[in-house]
Amino acid sequence: MTAIHPSTSPLSIHDMTVAYQGRPVLWDIDYDSPAGKLVAIVGPNGAGKSTLIKAVLELIPRTDGDIRFFGKTYQQQRSRIGYVPQRTSVDWDFPVNALDVVAMGLYRQIGWFRPVSKRYRQQALAALERVGLAEFAGRQISELSGGQQQRVFLARALVQNADLYLMDEPFAGVDAATERAIVELLRELRSAGKTALVVHHDLQTVAEYFDEVLLLNMRLVASGPVEQAFTTENLRRTYGGKLALLDQVGHRMRHPNVILP
Amino acid sequence: MFSEFYNLLSGWFALDTWIVITAALAAMSCALPGAWLLLRRQSLLGDALSHSVLPGIVLAYLAMHWMEEHHWLSADSGIRHLVLFMGAAVSGVLSAMVTELIQRWGRLDRGAAMGVVFTSMFAVGLLLIRMFADKTHVDPGCVLYGSLETSAMIPLSSSIQIPRAVVINGAMLLINGILVIAFFKELRLSTFDPGLAAALGLRADWIQLALMAMTAATLVAAFESVGAILVIAMLIVPAATARLLTDRLSTMLVLSLLIAALSAVLGHVGALTLPSMVFSRLGYPDVRDASTAGMMAVAAGGLFVASILASPRHGAVRRVMDRIRLQVRIASEDILGKLYRRDEAVPVEDLTPSAIVTPVPLRTWIEWLARRRLERRGFITVTATMNQLTDKGREMAQSLVRSHRLWEAYMARHFELPGDHLHATAEQVEHFLSPELQTELAEELDQPSFDPHGKTIPGSSVK
Repeated sequence: MTAIHPSTSPLSIHDMTVAYQGRPVLWDIDYDSPAGKLVAIVGPNGAGKSTLIKAVLELIPRTDGDIRFFGKTYQQQRSRIGYVPQRTSVDWDFPVNALDVVAMGLYRQIGWFRPVSKRYRQQALAALERVGLAEFAGRQISELSGGQQQRVFLARALVQNADLYLMDEPFAGVDAATERAIVELLRELRSAGKTALVVHHDLQTVAEYFDEVLLLNMRLVASGPVEQAFTTENLRRTYGGKLALLDQVGHRMRHPNVILP
Repeated sequence: MFSEFYNLLSGWFALDTWIVITAALAAMSCALPGAWLLLRRQSLLGDALSHSVLPGIVLAYLAMHWMEEHHWLSADSGIRHLVLFMGAAVSGVLSAMVTELIQRWGRLDRGAAMGVVFTSMFAVGLLLIRMFADKTHVDPGCVLYGSLETSAMIPLSSSIQIPRAVVINGAMLLINGILVIAFFKELRLSTFDPGLAAALGLRADWIQLALMAMTAATLVAAFESVGAILVIAMLIVPAATARLLTDRLSTMLVLSLLIAALSAVLGHVGALTLPSMVFSRLGYPDVRDASTAGMMAVAAGGLFVASILASPRHGAVRRVMDRIRLQVRIASEDILGKLYRRDEAVPVEDLTPSAIVTPVPLRTWIEWLARRRLERRGFITVTATMNQLTDKGREMAQSLVRSHRLWEAYMARHFELPGDHLHATAEQVEHFLSPELQTELAEELDQPSFDPHGKTIPGSSVK
């Protein structure tokens, strides 16, 4: 039986498996994201949430599977996809200011090997304004608070004016004001018809912030509208420990010659 | 002392100028890739590369020799250098790639992988030299320490009197400059956020390899002039110094170029003057001259130390000054508070002589400075028998005491603490409450008139 993936879906994942050094961390993910919705990617630590995002963006190699963005490959749709990496993935001591970082989102649009002209700097400033950081444009990024740094990252994604946003834990370690600002921004994106897939940790706020969930624990446990998929039973299946057998087989695939006790 | 300095420099010839120019160009061409390596936290890669290019150089040399023997290539020095650079660049890129693979497959950290690859490649290079020793003329001393003095003497050709090393290092600087300007955006993005770079379709891995090739070629160009060991200094120290001085990337690149050039000038001047001026005085009359390359590294190190101390934002001097300034401010505010409380407890007319004479004990020089500051600004008057608040001082003191007592009231409301625990924190906090915070605090406490100890909270007289 082959699954049918609608070509209108912002992100279609067909039977994707991702392995680190031979050991699968995501098994046979099959998923179609709805259009114009906010989707929370939820699961315990080590469930492969970040891996899912990185693998569909081809930042890490996939073992298997086919990914489509709005019915086409990533290479064809790059400009329609915005990526917000984890805040801790970069060196915040790097000698650039907030505006420089936001302008990075425009590099593809500017074209390689061309300088960042005034027009683009103004676009970047407008994006900073949307996240309430216009006055910090010239601020060295190490002098920003964690929440402000996260908002700079969001502004950088906004400036890309993408149709699908993939965000890796934007709510991690931010203050209440930033959390509200991010939620506000996500809703703005949704009303503009955009889609966002957001790795999210706080189960309490899933129903409040998001329309749909994707429950993940090395495999896709459940997905769909919050009221249908975000059930106690599904959460128990997601968080009730990894499937012991999946883990063992994965271990065998990485160390084929080691006999497990 | 100065006349001796000028005497020693009066023997400055055209050769000295060429030495400085060669050294400056070599140092500047190294500083550019060095700045990027530093920002990528790969500073030691330069060190490693300087070793691993050896087999590439030797093989390129042998290939060239072989081609010349078969008359496929004329013994033209321009082409010879180009071939050597390509050999170095290829082996630099190769070693970076092998390091990457070993890191991935051997599950080693980067440092260990580098250690394995670069030492092995250096060993292979040495082995090649041994095997074909009669064909290659590699002087180990020259490779390690370089010889600016000699390289500045070899002209490009009999008709053009510019030293060859100037042309080579100048060309390298030009190429590096063009590359850094053209790829500035790409280098910045792939260094700061390789993940986003990849998501935007920029091949960060290619940029890394290009940077390796650029570094390797630059190293080889500079080897001849400053030597393998000192090249590392020129690669990293100017960039590290510049990083201390600024938080802007473009400024940092320009500064590292300037610092590199300055090290060259200071290095040569130092090499000419320091031996006879310093070492003979220290009892080492035998030290008559020093190598310019060595002195350049010393000069660069000196500039680095100077900027650690004097950097405007992160400098040690600045930090110490800031701390002293804060301590003086706190101490002077404490004096104001003490005088205010003294006046509050006992009217000035009733003060006993001893209380008049020693109301403000000066335990430390900080307190001495604090009292001087208060006096100078007209907050207190000091006579032999009396320290007295001026009107201005009283106003200031009143605001401080208000902050103190408001904070005690605030603590008493929100913390389950006995009364004697309140004072110490309030003593700290009073120095940091802005007028806005003070107003906010008073509002939250419904404008209290008494602190938890029953003392009056003075009104806010400071606007």
